[in-house]
Amino acid sequence: MAKKPENKIIVVGGGLSGLMATLKICEGGGKVDLFSYCPVKRSHSLCAQGGINACMDTKGEHDSIYEHFDDTVYGGDFLADQLAVKGMVEAAPKLIKMFDRMGVPFTRTAEGVLDLRNFGGQKNKRTVFAGSTTGQQLLYALDEQVRRWEVKGGVKKYEFWEFIKIIKNKEGICRGIVAQNMNSNEIVSFPADVVILATGGPGQVYGRCTASTICNGSAVSAVYQQGAELGNPEFLQIHPTAIPGSDKNRLMSEACRGEGGRVWVYRKNPQTGEKERWYFLEDMYPAYGNLVPRDVASRAIYKVVVHMGLGMHNPNRVYLDLSHIPADYLERKLGGILEMYSDFMGQDPRKVPMEIFPSIHYSMGGIWVDREHHTNIPGLLASGECDYQYHGANRLGANSLLSATYSGTISGPESLRLARSGKLGSALTAEELEAARQECVAEFDKIRNMNGTENAHKLHHELGDIMYKYVSIERDNNGLKECVKELKEILKRWDNIGVTDHGTWANQEAMFVRQLRNMIIYAMAITQSALQRDESRGAHAKIVLKSDYDKMDDQLKEALTKKYGKFHFDAETGRGTTDDGNDDLVFFERNDKKFMRTTIVTFDQEKEEPVVSYREFEHSLIKPRLRNYAVAKKE
Amino acid sequence: MAEQKKVRIIVERQDGPKEKPYNQEFEIDYRPGLNIVAALMEIQKNPVTVDGKKVPPVTWECNCLEKVCGACMMVINGKARQACCTLVDTLKQPIHLQPARTFPVIRDLLIDRSVMFESLKRIHGWVEVDGTWEVKDAPIQNPYTAQTAYEISHCMTCGCCLEACPNVGPQSDFIGPAPTVQAYLFNLHPLGKFDAPKRLNALMEKGGITSCGNSQNCVEACPKNIKLTTYLAQLNRDVNKQALKNIFNH
Repeated sequence: MAKKPENKIIVVGGGLSGLMATLKICEGGGKVDLFSYCPVKRSHSLCAQGGINACMDTKGEHDSIYEHFDDTVYGGDFLADQLAVKGMVEAAPKLIKMFDRMGVPFTRTAEGVLDLRNFGGQKNKRTVFAGSTTGQQLLYALDEQVRRWEVKGGVKKYEFWEFIKIIKNKEGICRGIVAQNMNSNEIVSFPADVVILATGGPGQVYGRCTASTICNGSAVSAVYQQGAELGNPEFLQIHPTAIPGSDKNRLMSEACRGEGGRVWVYRKNPQTGEKERWYFLEDMYPAYGNLVPRDVASRAIYKVVVHMGLGMHNPNRVYLDLSHIPADYLERKLGGILEMYSDFMGQDPRKVPMEIFPSIHYSMGGIWVDREHHTNIPGLLASGECDYQYHGANRLGANSLLSATYSGTISGPESLRLARSGKLGSALTAEELEAARQECVAEFDKIRNMNGTENAHKLHHELGDIMYKYVSIERDNNGLKECVKELKEILKRWDNIGVTDHGTWANQEAMFVRQLRNMIIYAMAITQSALQRDESRGAHAKIVLKSDYDKMDDQLKEALTKKYGKFHFDAETGRGTTDDGNDDLVFFERNDKKFMRTTIVTFDQEKEEPVVSYREFEHSLIKPRLRNYAVAKKE
Repeated sequence: MAEQKKVRIIVERQDGPKEKPYNQEFEIDYRPGLNIVAALMEIQKNPVTVDGKKVPPVTWECNCLEKVCGACMMVINGKARQACCTLVDTLKQPIHLQPARTFPVIRDLLIDRSVMFESLKRIHGWVEVDGTWEVKDAPIQNPYTAQTAYEISHCMTCGCCLEACPNVGPQSDFIGPAPTVQAYLFNLHPLGKFDAPKRLNALMEKGGITSCGNSQNCVEACPKNIKLTTYLAQLNRDVNKQALKNIFNH
């Protein structure tokens, strides 16, 4: 009997999603070429700290999968595909058992079962964890299993290889990639049956963020420029509690608050005039307190610090306080990150409150995929943070390890099914492979001979500053328009970069210059979609300007008056501001009629600009309702 | 206005695996909380030596900058550690940065640690599960044993312990403390222990635990405070027991 042809899948990215997909493909009899910037064991998934959500219901709280489903959809402000979310939450407990069998050292109760902790936006204990390094432990488990398959011959790793672009055959189906060895700088074309992108988030577009230096969104931007649609890129999660730093903002897990941590600033008591600690999250949101979802907490901190001027000690900090919790309990539950805080800040968080501020953390948006994780380019799948699925307008804490893993269990088998479907069109010819390679070689040669006056790393810093200024916690249309202009300017200045390293051995500078261009183009997609979404939803909060208000119909105007009472427009900024003496900003309301749609962004090749449109999605299971964390959730 | 405080850094550079190393000195602005990766990033923004020479930026490896990925290990003032969490304030100046030469140098501070990942194959560094599909409930585990496993499972394959170990190098085949101790981790797991004899037998071979000279450097060097020597000693006992079993069972 003739041997069946072997199915070759290329997986780009070796974080949780890429590794999970790899395992599934190997188990299904396929072969994987696994590409990564770094040894896969060093992928960014390991930075996840607090835990992974799954309805284990081992705390006598009658938790249910439905409750996890509803919390996720409600937390995402009704912008997530509900059928996709349903699949994920149903699979969650099974995935935890898989990890447990693989040897993840989860934190356990006295009886030896998996312990659970509280997390934001969820009333039940539902977060399984391994101390405060859950991501590291989950990633290692999959890394070990992939190593096992490597020994068995199912996986070939290409570590320290950078993905440059996909190669399509003449039918327009993705059948391979071009990649570059980061040490020898050799550029090579690799054919495959199907390609899965699992390249993580674009945090580096904002420069200082909680993401690793490798999370630059460059691969996503590259395929976007080759025709892949983006979904909801304007939704960037800002994590409320990070340690600001000049090289990176380091995450202080939501688990701190899950284990009883409290956020506060000093203020003068409005009645007595005495100085007191103000636990403002508990005050503003009595039902959820410190465990409101991240978008809500970040906005509250921003308001207290920036608008009320109550940030103290350092101007842009609030306190995250664990010092009232017994030290041995903290050591067991949060040891790893408390050590990190001491290492970097030189203070012991068991004794003094930590100083924190919100930071860019996660992208809910990404490459648009269907529920089987196909992109709009046939033969190209995407999974993990680089896709747009599961989280809508805001992600709940501890749902990212879940979505990363779960999406890999979908994209992996689906890639094999597609490989065996007979719908791949023709294989790439030697000429096609060489032509694609040559194009990338020419581009790289051009970059390493750039002789302008701009320093790429300084330009990157400026890009981050611009994005933080205009497209972060509070956005308004004037700022976003200005941002579009400034990004065009940055893109022009990219042409004038000068590199000092013209060589072809481990030339990190030239590779960074290539990534930087992709980052700028991705930033434009974020900004343009934020500009066109005239509403507030989840992480996207937009302030009403006079010019916006004048264009509103009566119904929208009335809704604003109902919520904010009387307000005026600030003479200088044009921003809506309440008249009640608090000077609160007036934000757009959520507008389901117009914007309960997925943002779709495509790349206009000629103008090098994003084109925004909207697409319907599946939301028939849970009827949209207003999100309000001041009161307990009503279903 | 007070004068801007400066930080002086001497980097041992090397253009390629076979090239000769040479030193270059840089000066950057001091700021509180500055760490070595942040300092190298400053050099990237203005790669000019103290002599005013424009040079290619320093090459090194880093990812997470939170001391969990293990990438940025280098020798700082003579000691192997993670660059991201080494604060300038704690160091004597000028600060000397060198690649960890226990491993082949690729360029500047960038080294090739693939040998460590290869060693994890040799010690059978995984739990032999039937598959990723649903099989059954995972076994209950003793929470204290799980706590020990959690400690060892922090090992981020950074290589500090190999760099510090006098028995790792061209003179010996020793695979080093980190991969060796991983065998102990998998032997602790209720399913992983089924393959304990395989792992212990692998450690009896050349480069295994008998190559450990018990110098105790590793436990000092580990940035994750893993009690490496304790587990090496335990493993040594387990390997000896296994050796006896091998004799009497044949």
